Amino acid sequence: MTDEMTKDPKQQITTDPSKPSERMRAGSMTITLGPWIIAGIALMLMPFIFTSNSALTIMNQMWITVIFALAYNMLLGQGGMLSFGHAVYMGLGGFFCMHIMNYVEDYGVAFPLPLLPLFGGLFGMGFAMLIGSFSTSGAGTRFAMISLGVGELIAACSVIIVAFFGGEEGISGDRTYGLPFFGVEFLKQIEVYYLISFWLMLSAALMYLFSRTPVGRMANAVRDNPERAQFLGYSARWVRFYSFCASGFFCGIAGGLFAISYEILTEENLNAASSGVILLVTFLGGVGFFFGPIIGAIAFTLLQTVLSLQTELWSIYAGALFLATVMFFPGGLAGLLMMHVPAFKLGKMSGLVVPYFKTLIPAAIGVLGICALIEMTFHFRHGATGDNEMTLFWTTFDSHSVLPWIIAIAVAAIGIGIAKMTAPEMKEAWDEANTAGGTS
Amino acid sequence: MKKITKLGAVSALSLIIGATAAFAEDIKIAFIDPLSGPFASTGTNGLHQFEHAVDFMVNDEGGLLDGQTMEVVGFDNKISPKESLIQLQVAIDQGIRYIVQGNSSGVANALTEAIDKHNRRNPDSRVLFLNYAAVDPALTNDKCNFWHFRFDANADIKMDALTDVIAADDSIEKVYIIGQDYSFGKAVSAAANKMLGEKAPEMEVVGDELHPIGKVKDFTPYARKVVASGADAVITGNWGADMLSLGKSIIENGFEGPIYTYYAAGSGMTAAFGEGGKDRIRLISQGSINPIGSDRARDAYNSFLERHPDGNIDQSRIYNTIGMLAEAIKEAGTADDVVAVANALENMEYDSMWGGKLFMRPQDHQLIQDMHIGVHTDEDIEFPYDSSTFGVKTESTIEMASMDSPTTCEMKRP
Amino acid sequence: MELILVNLIDGLVTGLLLFMLSAGLTLIFSMMGVLNFAHASFYMLGAYFAYSISLAIGFWMGLLIAPLIVGLAGAGVERYGLRRVHQYGHVPELIFTFGLALLIEEVVQFIWGKNQMPYSVPEVLNFTAFSIAGNSIPAYKIFMIFISISIFIGLLYILTKTRVGMIIQAALSYPRTVEALGHNVPLIFMGVFGVGTALAGVAGVIAGPVLGTFPGMAFVLGSIVFVTIVIGGLGSLWGALVASLLIGWITTFAKSYNIAMSDILNGIGIATPENMSDNPFRDLWTITSPQIADILPYILMVLILIFRPAGLFGKRES
Repeated sequence: MTDEMTKDPKQQITTDPSKPSERMRAGSMTITLGPWIIAGIALMLMPFIFTSNSALTIMNQMWITVIFALAYNMLLGQGGMLSFGHAVYMGLGGFFCMHIMNYVEDYGVAFPLPLLPLFGGLFGMGFAMLIGSFSTSGAGTRFAMISLGVGELIAACSVIIVAFFGGEEGISGDRTYGLPFFGVEFLKQIEVYYLISFWLMLSAALMYLFSRTPVGRMANAVRDNPERAQFLGYSARWVRFYSFCASGFFCGIAGGLFAISYEILTEENLNAASSGVILLVTFLGGVGFFFGPIIGAIAFTLLQTVLSLQTELWSIYAGALFLATVMFFPGGLAGLLMMHVPAFKLGKMSGLVVPYFKTLIPAAIGVLGICALIEMTFHFRHGATGDNEMTLFWTTFDSHSVLPWIIAIAVAAIGIGIAKMTAPEMKEAWDEANTAGGTS
Repeated sequence: MKKITKLGAVSALSLIIGATAAFAEDIKIAFIDPLSGPFASTGTNGLHQFEHAVDFMVNDEGGLLDGQTMEVVGFDNKISPKESLIQLQVAIDQGIRYIVQGNSSGVANALTEAIDKHNRRNPDSRVLFLNYAAVDPALTNDKCNFWHFRFDANADIKMDALTDVIAADDSIEKVYIIGQDYSFGKAVSAAANKMLGEKAPEMEVVGDELHPIGKVKDFTPYARKVVASGADAVITGNWGADMLSLGKSIIENGFEGPIYTYYAAGSGMTAAFGEGGKDRIRLISQGSINPIGSDRARDAYNSFLERHPDGNIDQSRIYNTIGMLAEAIKEAGTADDVVAVANALENMEYDSMWGGKLFMRPQDHQLIQDMHIGVHTDEDIEFPYDSSTFGVKTESTIEMASMDSPTTCEMKRP
Repeated sequence: MELILVNLIDGLVTGLLLFMLSAGLTLIFSMMGVLNFAHASFYMLGAYFAYSISLAIGFWMGLLIAPLIVGLAGAGVERYGLRRVHQYGHVPELIFTFGLALLIEEVVQFIWGKNQMPYSVPEVLNFTAFSIAGNSIPAYKIFMIFISISIFIGLLYILTKTRVGMIIQAALSYPRTVEALGHNVPLIFMGVFGVGTALAGVAGVIAGPVLGTFPGMAFVLGSIVFVTIVIGGLGSLWGALVASLLIGWITTFAKSYNIAMSDILNGIGIATPENMSDNPFRDLWTITSPQIADILPYILMVLILIFRPAGLFGKRES
């Protein structure tokens, strides 16, 4: 794949300053503190808005996924390396932390729990150094397939090597036996939440700073044109290797936090499905921007955990959303947001609001109509006989009568129809908003 | 921008969780099992049976206590321990105090530990874990706790019953054991070796092997080894696609003897085995379907079929779970104090409508019940599976199987 | 001795089945540079379509029609999905097929439900062709070998002897030159994608009755197909054939003979440790070949990628 990539510059993930959506990709060299402070405050305040334990658990899961996705994007977005087995580094870090946790419990060693993720990170990095020593000599298909092979091997080992991985049941421990940290024993979810939030801020900041170091910049150069980078005297291989190790480190931290949050690690943390999910998460959020994976992780966790409470068909919607993203917004959700930066800078966002309302709201209603049709078909086919009632969007009706079908079809058709009608208008407004100077 | 996204996302989150907040009147049961993904069929079938069981046994009879109804709420855990723990937390926050789960001992293990920790750390929102199908013996031995009750017989009890039958069969001299390479497969193999050694020392175990779980595309090579070993019978703990492929492959490649299994019925498997598996596939189960245990059980099955014409009651223990829970709540006089309910469940004797007596052993919270060994056939079948003509007919019964089996459980009571 | 022969036949069946999948995949890859993650999903679609058709008009019509439908679906995916994503580069293309694989699995569950389908071998072929030392070889296996070999010969003929084949071969190596010569390369792409997926469909139709028709069938086969074409060398039809057969035989023999790790380690002079229960490597010592048979191809692939990145028969480095 590399071979072709170098031949055809158009097919690279590269920074093209002529495209507004890619202008932000390189990022400015100045480091602004604003967003970080806001994010930090938001993280602090969140538990006051959502006090329930389940919301905390879901947010913990989100932040862990955020770290993992950011670490993954160090490879995919910044280094142009596609890994199909990245769950391994997070999982191994987690397993290692769990063994430490059990050691602390068994032998009563004084060990402060908040430091645990650091050890997970070191272990993840150690393993990444081992694998990276031979896998980073090429990018593209070769790297991808080695990562797939190694991922499958480790996942298979996890059920065979019971001593370390605990077989199919995994290994579990109790986080509360560590040294009390300023009186905190991590009995409560909220304490764990703040621990995870702290590590999230720290790792995100470090990963951001890494992308601004010379190695981080070279990773971009090697991604875009390894040959040219080599001519400049940089070894593409070593640049990849450093990125890979750094990524392994932060994956390990995520694994350590997983161990603290769930107190159990299983084969699931290593297998191909988890590796696939993180690829989806990162791409959904947008590989081109540092904060892309953050959005992706939040969106995907909500889909997986909250939408699945509402419908069995959540994975159909997730799959469809994902395909739509790849097809229409390859920059991911972050790319979609960043498309608006030029218009914002030109001060023309206000001109977009009305057309957006006119098109996107009917489109959303239309899509909901289609979802309703899918749900009704599912209920009609698989629901219990005699149990014709179904509840959708807070209304209960009979899925075997004609009227709901007509309504759903009408809603879908009208919604999509209006959206189609007003779409040219939106496009016009979009072009207008992105043109410098007044044309009105 | 990040903040706005987060705010939007989390307000959606609170809205959705809030929208499903609990009503105190109903007694809610959280069903945490796979409803999507590769194991969804087993999970969905289980949920249907639970929903029917609460309606048939509790709600249609006028409810519990002062007319409270029972409701089963499905939570999709995608057979992942991680998701199970998240869904457990959501269920607890919704005020649910009873958790049922069965698919995968790995998940059951994660849940029982999490529930033990939760109950220790949060005494005001304690929950009970009613395990209806996870059979890893450890759950009622080393890993037992006061909050966990198992309504299925564990792998050792089932193997005890199976080996009783195998040892009594004079035509079997050589046995081949094959299973999936994980805790349950290994437990089956260990129990089979040990018990056959005790009950029929002259019997020879000609093969004992494990294959990767869910990864084998073609079982032919394994089947060849079974045939080549000259075995008279095969014992396997396989389930799901691994069971079907292994069974079909063994039969197709010329094996003539019986195949003793744990999970070779329902979920499309009975139909898929069809004629080829007739009189060959034998399986161990609790609750006899053909002939059916009682008239009430017949009514239950028929009313289930009215709801789900393509469905099967392949886990009759689900009805026992609900029946015993309802009984315990009545005895405790409350559904909110789970310690009282758990105390009522311990030592409970209960007459199952599927026949026989049930006894919840207090030492380890393992239900002691009759075990049946059935055969896959299309003769004398009143209730076939998978809308086919085939079903499971009970051939022999072991009453109150493993009543006195030892346990290493040291139960800590609150 | 007889068992070796039986294993050879079994391994051949597995290998040829794998070949039908990898042949299409390797053609698609070498032409379009796309690692089609959804390839095994088309295999699954083949089995499901054939099952539904066989209920209505019998197995043989299923064998005929299902691959056509799958091929059309594949061509449609190329035309309306991949071609659009193509402009963004290879990684989005790959991720597109990845998402497609997930979606197809969900849609299959939505339409056919989550249970195993009772799709079985047709009556005409449901007998034992012959047996070797008590091991029966079902006639259906012979039929599978026959179909796969005819497909291989057909493909080889088309690719090497016909004009279309020449253009495809040329487009494999020099797509831009072929385009400059006035050939409609997008159309060729669509055609190759359609044919490749149709081949996967055929594999699904004939494998469905023996390997089971269930929603997880694509996932079980999923990545092994990639392993095959990487080992064989991307873009090489012969490579795909050799690698498929190699994998078929390696896994079959590894499952058939219980070779224990302790035997190998003892053989190279490492003594079994005295006290096994405390040894951190105790699980390594007890590994047997059937346990790891299905991960052997992955080990082989990693080794090949390290020492011979172009694969066994590949001409260029990926």
